[in-house]
Amino acid sequence: MERAQCLELLYPELQDKLVVTIMGACAQELYDLGHRESFFYLQHAMGLASSIGLGLALHLPEERVVVLDGDGSVLMNLGTLTTLARYRPRNLLHIIFDNESLLSTGGFDSQTTSGITDLAAIARGAGIQHVVTAGTLMEFGEAALEALERDDLSVIVAKVDAVGPDLYGMDLQLPENAFRFRRHILDRKQA
Amino acid sequence: MTVSYENSKIIFDGIKAAGIRTVSALPETWLGLVLQRAEDDPELELIQVAKEEEAIGIAAGAYFAGEPHLLLMQNHGFLAAINGIVSLAQLYSIPLCMLIALRGHWGEPYAWHTRGGIVTEGVLRALAIPFEYARDPAKVAAQIRDAYTFSESSLSPVALLLTRDLMED
Ligand SMILES: Cc1ncc(C[n+]2csc(CCOP(=O)(O)OP(=O)(O)O)c2C)c(N)n1
Repeated sequence: MERAQCLELLYPELQDKLVVTIMGACAQELYDLGHRESFFYLQHAMGLASSIGLGLALHLPEERVVVLDGDGSVLMNLGTLTTLARYRPRNLLHIIFDNESLLSTGGFDSQTTSGITDLAAIARGAGIQHVVTAGTLMEFGEAALEALERDDLSVIVAKVDAVGPDLYGMDLQLPENAFRFRRHILDRKQA
Repeated sequence: MTVSYENSKIIFDGIKAAGIRTVSALPETWLGLVLQRAEDDPELELIQVAKEEEAIGIAAGAYFAGEPHLLLMQNHGFLAAINGIVSLAQLYSIPLCMLIALRGHWGEPYAWHTRGGIVTEGVLRALAIPFEYARDPAKVAAQIRDAYTFSESSLSPVALLLTRDLMED
């Protein structure tokens, strides 16, 4: 299964969610489906997408937050899983696209390559109650729909192929993304 | 030498008076009494991280949510959070109001704190992060408020360094 397929499947469900994605291929694939004001692309600062998601979820209990993470990124901030477990925001879905690769920086192996490290086991060990590994698009779709309906913190580790988009580029400056994302959230709070 | 009960209370009251509603932090000795108060106070929510860099992300989330937030850490935690500060806060113009316990400086008896203490000011300067020293309990509440105001207006990280004069009796 490819991450782009997962994102395509998920995209209609993201309509009314706040979404934070990691840098590179994942950000581009989401953007290519059509930018929304509720999307924040963390184009650097590896590891912090889930921390931003936690900050959003705790401060906006009436919103639902989806984090699109990667194996390399989450490996840089494994402590985040323990902080997520401790504060257990009911409105957060943390999807880790595990392509067993540092794809966006040349496709080097990561610690999850060949299944050496099991991120779902780490998430469970961290104390997260709802953790699913999805190996097929069907499994991913089911897990995502369940998680979005569940009133609890969920983690999905989606095992995807190490492939990304052919072309990169966004018509969006980084601070512009931050300003507009914040504006959008404040407008939603007012509404 | 003990952590100042009085001044910890002044700092905590200053944080609340600045309108802060949530705090992310990693505990350390000088911050202990402030954090205990935060834990016990229903009006202030404490989010305790496993590593200080997480708090940069959480602070960004709070900012996007429009909620007044403050970070508490020791200087070694600041050093551990630098890529988050640079590649999230500074890159995206996100304010951070950081209260940093300045361990390892004038009068420091513990060797393990000293390298971090010696380099902290230089690192703040290299990162163009505006900072002030908090030494006087009569001024620290205003300094916290001013740090928060300035972080929000400049869309930048701002640091208030909590010194030994303030934190120890
Ligand atoms: C602190 C830091 N170190 C190294 C890099 C270089 N880098 C850019 S993307 C990337 C890999 C990201 O891997 P992952 O999160 O698994 O996402 P993927 O690219 O595989 O989709 C790395 C290591 C970086 N951006 N930041």
